[in-house]
Amino acid sequence: MGDIADELEATVRAAAASGKKLSIVAGGSKSFVGRNVSGERLDVSGHCGILDYQPAELVLTVRAGTKLTEIAQCLEERQQMLPFEPPDFDGKATIGGTLACDMSGPARPWRGSVRDVTLGVTLINGRGQRLRFGGQVLKNVAGYDVSRLQAGAMGTLGVMTEITLRLLPTPAATATVFCEMDSRAAIKRMNELARLPLPISGAAWLGGSLYLRLEGAERAVTGALGKVGPEFQPGDESIWMRIREQSLTFFEGNASLWRFSVASNAGHRIEDQSWLFDWGGAQRWLRGEFEMKYLESLANDLGGQVSLYRHGDRAGEVFHTQAPAMRNLQLRLKNSFDPHGILNAGRMYHGI
Amino acid sequence: MNASVNSPIYDASALATRFREILRSDQIIVDAESKRPYECDALPVYKAMPLLVLAPETTQQIQAINRLCNELKLPVVARGAGTGLSAGALPDKNGVLVSLARLCKIIEIDPEARIARVQPGVRNLAITEAAEEYGLYYAPDPSSQIACSIGGNIAENSGGVHCLKYGLTVHNVLGMEVVTADGEILQVGGCGLDTAGYDFNALFIGSEGLLGIVTEVRVKLLPIPEHARVVMAGFASVLSAGDAVSAVIAAGIIPAGLEMMDGFAIQAAEDFVSAGYPRDASALLLCEVDGSENEVLEHVEHIEKIFHEFGATSCRVSRDEEERALLWKGRKSAFPAVGRISPDYYCMDGTIPRRKIGTVLEAIHRLSDQYGLRIANVFHAGDGNLHPLILFDASVPGELHTAEALGGKILELCVEVGGSITGEHGVGAEKLRYMLTQFNDAELAQFYAIKDAFDPSGMLNPGKGIPTLRQCQEYRSIDASIRT
Repeated sequence: MGDIADELEATVRAAAASGKKLSIVAGGSKSFVGRNVSGERLDVSGHCGILDYQPAELVLTVRAGTKLTEIAQCLEERQQMLPFEPPDFDGKATIGGTLACDMSGPARPWRGSVRDVTLGVTLINGRGQRLRFGGQVLKNVAGYDVSRLQAGAMGTLGVMTEITLRLLPTPAATATVFCEMDSRAAIKRMNELARLPLPISGAAWLGGSLYLRLEGAERAVTGALGKVGPEFQPGDESIWMRIREQSLTFFEGNASLWRFSVASNAGHRIEDQSWLFDWGGAQRWLRGEFEMKYLESLANDLGGQVSLYRHGDRAGEVFHTQAPAMRNLQLRLKNSFDPHGILNAGRMYHGI
Repeated sequence: MNASVNSPIYDASALATRFREILRSDQIIVDAESKRPYECDALPVYKAMPLLVLAPETTQQIQAINRLCNELKLPVVARGAGTGLSAGALPDKNGVLVSLARLCKIIEIDPEARIARVQPGVRNLAITEAAEEYGLYYAPDPSSQIACSIGGNIAENSGGVHCLKYGLTVHNVLGMEVVTADGEILQVGGCGLDTAGYDFNALFIGSEGLLGIVTEVRVKLLPIPEHARVVMAGFASVLSAGDAVSAVIAAGIIPAGLEMMDGFAIQAAEDFVSAGYPRDASALLLCEVDGSENEVLEHVEHIEKIFHEFGATSCRVSRDEEERALLWKGRKSAFPAVGRISPDYYCMDGTIPRRKIGTVLEAIHRLSDQYGLRIANVFHAGDGNLHPLILFDASVPGELHTAEALGGKILELCVEVGGSITGEHGVGAEKLRYMLTQFNDAELAQFYAIKDAFDPSGMLNPGKGIPTLRQCQEYRSIDASIRT
């Protein structure tokens, strides 16, 4: 437990006055995401601790520097969990960094993302003002949804200090099955299965096999196992943890790691390359060196976007190019929170 | 009542001439009689006549409208089906009202990707009706779903009785096309689950038409659950009903829907639809579970047991779809049912942490006595959204004012216990002054800054959602004069 919000606020206010750029860090587990930034290190890891946990309301309020492992431990006692299955990256990841990078694991298409379960955020904007948005309730339409806006904003709009999240009960039963098939068959099958009322919480294709996870009440899982098809065999449950933590062999080495976020049923392109599909086909990982422009045109065809997720040139742009009107508004929004451009400046796009 | 922001005053017929350059004559309504249906939304206490009503049919026409309005510094208010309950679609008397009713096409249902592409004027329920043949549906189901449009749902981030399990509009929209104040066309989101950059889906949803006009929407479709049952139980007190709800959640069950009504609301609804609600109960719970048949039966048994443990005075489980629909009908007609027993009613929309329901309802009863107006309470117990219905008679001088003052006290109470002044109806023109209860000056200033980034001239839905600095000063001086 530690409350350093006053110090953080004072640092940001001083930086706003002097124009000194700040680089926000907590666990340091996701420093590989986004563009390289310079700036004085603003360590928020000391701002941590669970502030309020209401199991009967499925609501948790924590300081932003709280480690995910600490949260998981606390929730486990009441058989509850963070629904979005975030990577904890060797226990280093914090909830603030997880929300800033919009990090969600294999369950995301069915149980929602960290953005989806965020109910409220307190943040220090680039003027050094501590502001509270949202709250502890699921429904709240007073003012703009600044809380969910922090998801994926990479700390460029504010230094988050407190976050309120919605929880889910841990499923009573879980089962993992797999079946060998090629990528095209896997895309087809994942989308067919997602159309059925089955308790799916994971669908991934890797190493020539389609993996499925079913979770829910005991009877729901047993019933669903009978419906996915007799060709599926019992599989290793730890595959989901290794996909989530990016600890599979697929993620090893220094080759560029590209992330496609596309329509789940989009066709497969450049099939001879090294691919891994997650999120029922909606998140696709690719390894290797490519021209960004080329992959962007592929992603556009597939109804989505691509980013240079890890490795490669991190001084240039790493996220999908935005249309001029969109970029203009994104810049204006950044400026509305951080007029002096001091918070993680340029981490997301050049100038943002 | 509505404040145009420094807009010049135009003559309606001269203005119509300008709009004829971009729209056909039949898309421009000038005469008062034809404009009348647009003077208010479903909160008719607030009324204003716009200079013109415009009925565009394409994105390009909306783009042209915004460009012209930007040039003329003319306020623009977008309107969907007009079912809103916070005067969010109240026209500006010095501006134009843009009706999106003619943009009502379902462009595409992609059953394989489970995505529907629709225009903003499409009715909420029409999406589900079009998707049903593929075994899919659109999950958010606000009570007005027969009439309300998806564009309006985006403006208010609408929920519905099933949002505890399936989320709000913000959880079910993948992308949209938006025309900005200066007439740019933005593609927000896409067919994937996220896009890089700031999440404009999150920002636009619930922004009450202040940041842009939505011209197309991509929503997620979900598989229709195999089976659903509703458990109805009566309780001797609201507190024991609230405890029973907490116990269900603590048991690891996420009901698809979870609704509570107080004694007054039960009586009114039962008189209206004869659903078989227990008239003697002080609180009623409707708890729906869905999933595979086996799973539903497992949960129903568990829920019944919990309800009995917490002192349910009666308990009934729907046996078939017909009975399930009937049990819900009482709840879904609660507003008109209350409307039958009073000349007028004022529907409030606060949210509270569920554990505060007992305290809040007791305080509401005290306020009801103090102000001399009856109140019926309908509560989305799963998500903490409370709808107190204040009964009054507008023909009695001063009674509307009393009802509004009482409503304001209830909203302040919601904020006090950690909730919000609006769960799903929006701030609109109605709750502007209560924004000061929930947000401080610096927070409001951040909202202005966001608004300014998207709409520097302030032409989009002025006087709604976020109070201006001047309005804040006025509200504060009124409050100060009341205190002294």
